[in-house]
Amino acid sequence: MAGKTLYDKLWDAHLVKEREDGTALIYIDRQLLHEVTSPQAFEGLKLAGRKPWKLDANLATPDHNVPTTKEEREVGIEGIQDPISKIQVKTLGENCKDFDITLFGMKDERQGIVHVVGPEQGATLPGMTVVCGDSHTSTHGAFAALAHGIGTSEVEHVLATQCLIQKKMKNMLVRVDGELAPFVSAKDVVLHIIGVIGTAGGTGCAIEFGGSAIQSLSMEGRMTVCNMAIEAGARAGMVAADEKTIEYFKDRPFSPKGDHWDLAVQYWKTLHSDADAEFDTVVEIKAEDIRPQVSWGTSPEMVVGVDGAVPTMAAMKNDIAKNGLARALEYMGLVEGQKITDIHVDRVFIGSCTNGRIEDMRDAAAVVKGKKVADNVKEALVVPGSGLVKAQAEAEGLDKIFIEAGLQWREPGCSMCLAMNADKLGNGEHCASTSNRNFEGRQGYGGRTHLVSPAMAAAAAVAGHFVDVSEFA
Amino acid sequence: MKKFETFTGVVAPMDRANVDTDMIIPKQFLKSIKRSGFGPNLFDELRYLDEGQPGMDNSKRPVNPDFVLNQKPYDQATILIARENFGCGSSREHAPWALDDFGFRVVIAPSFADIFFNNCFKNGLLPIVVNEAKVEELFKKVEATNGFELTVNLEAQTITSNDGDDIPFEVDEFRKYCLINGLDDIGLTLQDSDAIKAYEEKRAQQAPWLFS
Repeated sequence: MAGKTLYDKLWDAHLVKEREDGTALIYIDRQLLHEVTSPQAFEGLKLAGRKPWKLDANLATPDHNVPTTKEEREVGIEGIQDPISKIQVKTLGENCKDFDITLFGMKDERQGIVHVVGPEQGATLPGMTVVCGDSHTSTHGAFAALAHGIGTSEVEHVLATQCLIQKKMKNMLVRVDGELAPFVSAKDVVLHIIGVIGTAGGTGCAIEFGGSAIQSLSMEGRMTVCNMAIEAGARAGMVAADEKTIEYFKDRPFSPKGDHWDLAVQYWKTLHSDADAEFDTVVEIKAEDIRPQVSWGTSPEMVVGVDGAVPTMAAMKNDIAKNGLARALEYMGLVEGQKITDIHVDRVFIGSCTNGRIEDMRDAAAVVKGKKVADNVKEALVVPGSGLVKAQAEAEGLDKIFIEAGLQWREPGCSMCLAMNADKLGNGEHCASTSNRNFEGRQGYGGRTHLVSPAMAAAAAVAGHFVDVSEFA
Repeated sequence: MKKFETFTGVVAPMDRANVDTDMIIPKQFLKSIKRSGFGPNLFDELRYLDEGQPGMDNSKRPVNPDFVLNQKPYDQATILIARENFGCGSSREHAPWALDDFGFRVVIAPSFADIFFNNCFKNGLLPIVVNEAKVEELFKKVEATNGFELTVNLEAQTITSNDGDDIPFEVDEFRKYCLINGLDDIGLTLQDSDAIKAYEEKRAQQAPWLFS
């Protein structure tokens, strides 16, 4: 019999009950909650008179709606200008109070984007099942956890039962072997993967990212890769545990202590696919083929190396693809065959659950240090992923580097990644963004998003258009 | 949840691949703390010519006459057909809530994104996977016949048109059962409380740090 994949091991360890119809009850160790997808779930619980099954499995923080300017944040919830956003953030606070769920509120230094906060606190641990009403929950798979986004009905289901009704997904392995070129980051790796397999390439699968190039990434980098598994269509992405994984959790507030730590480490060391495990699909990618990436269209698969160009109609395989290209070009205000380095940017956004961690801040700061934002760039925002990332960056003096270069240093939150707060693109504006989605209207009505790494975004801020950061620095 | 019964309805064509949930319901409408009222903002950026905001009187906004759901009889459609990877992107359940609130009961596409697909079943909305060739045929029929209708029978797992064409489809037994009976699956899971408690006891032995 073939060995088990990492996903098989995580699935088996959380299987409560298999049903005759092929579905199963899977136990959930951790649920992260935020203000946007939880109010209807709490309302459902209240209406049915139900209580959370395991209170301490839940952890909440507001992130999507929170303003990012210092002035607004100093006031707290009352500083939120948009009355509807304010109600949503308030409602999260009230629900957490009513149900006695731990909340990192707006004025708590531990507040931040759920996917940055969970690992940072050790609230996400290897071997756990982690869910959140947010598709980028796949981020937590970086720690050899089974983590994925769920809808609001499922948020309510997990609150009430600590379980999810699931069907086992297929096993997919994406191997990236070799050595990444200088300035090619985790973001470029995952954008390249999506460019190769497409936005539906991982549908129905749990993707394990493996190979020497993935192993060489820091935990932050692995989070970036797993974060965008959903953009490849896979609900869950994951990376095997190794020494770096274990090291990451030493002395985190929610990490196990004493004897429990030793026991946990023993278990975590088993969290990898067996050598003889079989995958349903295997994709092999050479690290040397990966260039710094820039997305040009309105789907994350519409991506190319910075030395490349927007595709041509002639290269499209059928009418559906031609229509898709024509629509994307019209929305993005680009022409077929246009060189990527000829695209000018109006705004720059560095942050999000994809690239809002300390390493991302360092990468961007290294590029802009001693330089100035180009005149044609109206605004360049740097938004740390959590209060603790912000504090760390400030301790390293990164905030000063950004401010001296003409970028804005903001308070933590999701910010312009989805523009639910005041940070958004104007109609027709191009943005070099370290976020995860370039869908129409995602960063603001009529806004044109180009997905890039933090270093590439920083380089575009200084040049005023896309440039190859490896030649620029 | 309301029960899913056999019905006949007008089919609206959405000739796009990768329709994402940001397109189905833009983020500014996610600030609501309710489950209902999203219908008027379904496909907001395609449907109206201005930028929509919560609280606007949608009846006074300029509509995009070229968008299918603004045209008769599609403004009354209950079945949507689209191209591959429908519902990709964000996990927002507001997407099926908006489709449901508009009046859609069924979405037919060659493939769906996983989270959206799952969310539909929690809200009495049936996503049906039909192969690309059949979907292409349906698009042609919709184009050729004004007010083209289909009958969806979940019990028999068939989609039928007036011309007698019968398309069978697959659906998970458990999901079918819940949809037909309008069942809330939290109640069903809680019937397995003993199994959940037994799991917790066993797991607490193996991984005590998760239960301390």
